[in-house]
Amino acid sequence: MFQRWKESITPTDVVMWMIGGSLMLMVIWGSVATLAAGKYTGRHWIDFLIFGLAQGSIYALIATGYTMVYGVLKMINFAHGEVFMSGPFTAYFVADAMYRTDFLDTHPFIALAVVFIVAMAVSTMIAYFLEKIAYRPLRGAPRLIPLITAIGASFFLQYMFRGLYGSNFQAYPVFKIFEGSWMIFGIRILKFQVVVIVAAIVLMVALYSFIMLTRVGKAIRAVSEDKEASSLMGINVDAMVSTTFVIGGMAAGAAGVLYALMFKQVHFFMGFIPGIKAFTAAVLGGIGNIPGAMLGGIFLGLIESVGPSLFLDGLGIVAPYQLKDAIAFTMLVLVLIFRPTGIMGERLAVKKA
Amino acid sequence: MAMLEIEHLNTYYGHIHALRDVSITVEKGEIVTMIGANGAGKSTMLKTTSGLLRPRTGTIQLEGEELTRLAPHTIVTKGVVQVPEGRRIFGQLTVMENLDMGAFTCRDGGRIQKNLDRVFDLFPRLKERSKQVAGTLSGGEQQMLAMGRALMAEPRLLLLDEPSMGLAPVLVDSIFDTISRLNNAGTTILLVEQNARMALQVASRGYVLQTGQIVLSDSAENLASNEMVRRAYLGE
Repeated sequence: MFQRWKESITPTDVVMWMIGGSLMLMVIWGSVATLAAGKYTGRHWIDFLIFGLAQGSIYALIATGYTMVYGVLKMINFAHGEVFMSGPFTAYFVADAMYRTDFLDTHPFIALAVVFIVAMAVSTMIAYFLEKIAYRPLRGAPRLIPLITAIGASFFLQYMFRGLYGSNFQAYPVFKIFEGSWMIFGIRILKFQVVVIVAAIVLMVALYSFIMLTRVGKAIRAVSEDKEASSLMGINVDAMVSTTFVIGGMAAGAAGVLYALMFKQVHFFMGFIPGIKAFTAAVLGGIGNIPGAMLGGIFLGLIESVGPSLFLDGLGIVAPYQLKDAIAFTMLVLVLIFRPTGIMGERLAVKKA
Repeated sequence: MAMLEIEHLNTYYGHIHALRDVSITVEKGEIVTMIGANGAGKSTMLKTTSGLLRPRTGTIQLEGEELTRLAPHTIVTKGVVQVPEGRRIFGQLTVMENLDMGAFTCRDGGRIQKNLDRVFDLFPRLKERSKQVAGTLSGGEQQMLAMGRALMAEPRLLLLDEPSMGLAPVLVDSIFDTISRLNNAGTTILLVEQNARMALQVASRGYVLQTGQIVLSDSAENLASNEMVRRAYLGE
């Protein structure tokens, strides 16, 4: 028994487990030291958690786009971050105009609805044409080719929007009604964070219900499993692929507005980091799995927000918050090494009888 | 007018000439079978008919209506539905969702319900398991689901690709029994089978395919007693 166990372990495994183990030790050591030092109070942790939840629900919305596209086309749409950027960047000009005419303050809800509609419409359009122009002609090409195209499309979109709207950071107008905070269950929470979390949850529930319950949603899942068999059922595979991009684009556009509400600025490059983070979240949750992507996004947001202070502060690292990206990508590497199927990956492994 | 009329069909896989000038007809209400060895082009034949493969030359007509070069999902709406080889059910969807997908082209709730009742009547097993994830069904149940799913699309012509493949002998009998019952209820069937003995029992006519060419075509009884067929495909 022990003999067999010994034979199945390679030196690589040992090294990997050592890396994993030492990271684990570091995390535990850091957490204990941080908590023992008592630098942060309960209030701080709650703030970190809520910020993480808000940030994470944005990642989650973007991640659904990655994961659904992976489902139907088995490709990573690396231009999805730009789909996310295009909506709020365009909507900025609408928001700014409304701000200048005071409409934003007199009719904040209508204004917010307009911003959402513009952003979602633009992102949806970009996603739709991206698939139609850049990916559809390459259907059936070796898998590396659409991947390279996706990276090219990503750059193309970035610099197209830079050309269109300029390379400056644009300050998003502030919705006055979302300033300040509410007391919820005795906890003070910033209003815009509540808005972000609630909006994201509503959107995710809507998206998930669409995929699980509607005729088209079921067809998208069928296409994800077997394109040829789907077409033999009378399902127009191309139309379903387009629909998938449209839904992903809508979610990304909405996520972009929430991001702009939170960070209050837009820029042609703003999609890059959230895009890669959301990709990480999709992998964390198990790529191809929609609830997995949502959970992965929220989990990543939480880790990124709580992690630096909790794990790193106690180790004597100065300004640990600068290292939040390092934590996010270390998570990606660890997942790829130890659980390549992701958190929810096992549910995907249905036996093919 | 014949239900299905295929004339001078030539299909290629890259440079491989998979179907050579194949012409067949299927009359309304018939079961026609195509028998032949592995790689003779039987599946290619069905895939070309259902639109998954495009023929280089030749025509496919359904009751006079041109099907050649239509997309597979359009051909389904014309009433030609294929049960693919290896069943190809959607393993992660439930049994009910699989049947829903079969009814994808139909928007009329009442008709869907009628077809569903018919499928459940034919395969009571599927009704019991309707909420189960299809990937967890046994091989026989999956074949029932694959056929049930196809029936949801109200086929005028049903294309069956190796329905008995990989099934226990008991199940093979029941699948062929179902095929006869479907045919008695009015569905025209084009059946591709390795199990030539069973296929010739249910079919009224048959074609023998060899390296992409039709070498023999006759009534099922005559084929079953043909010397060449007996030696090559019935193992006698």
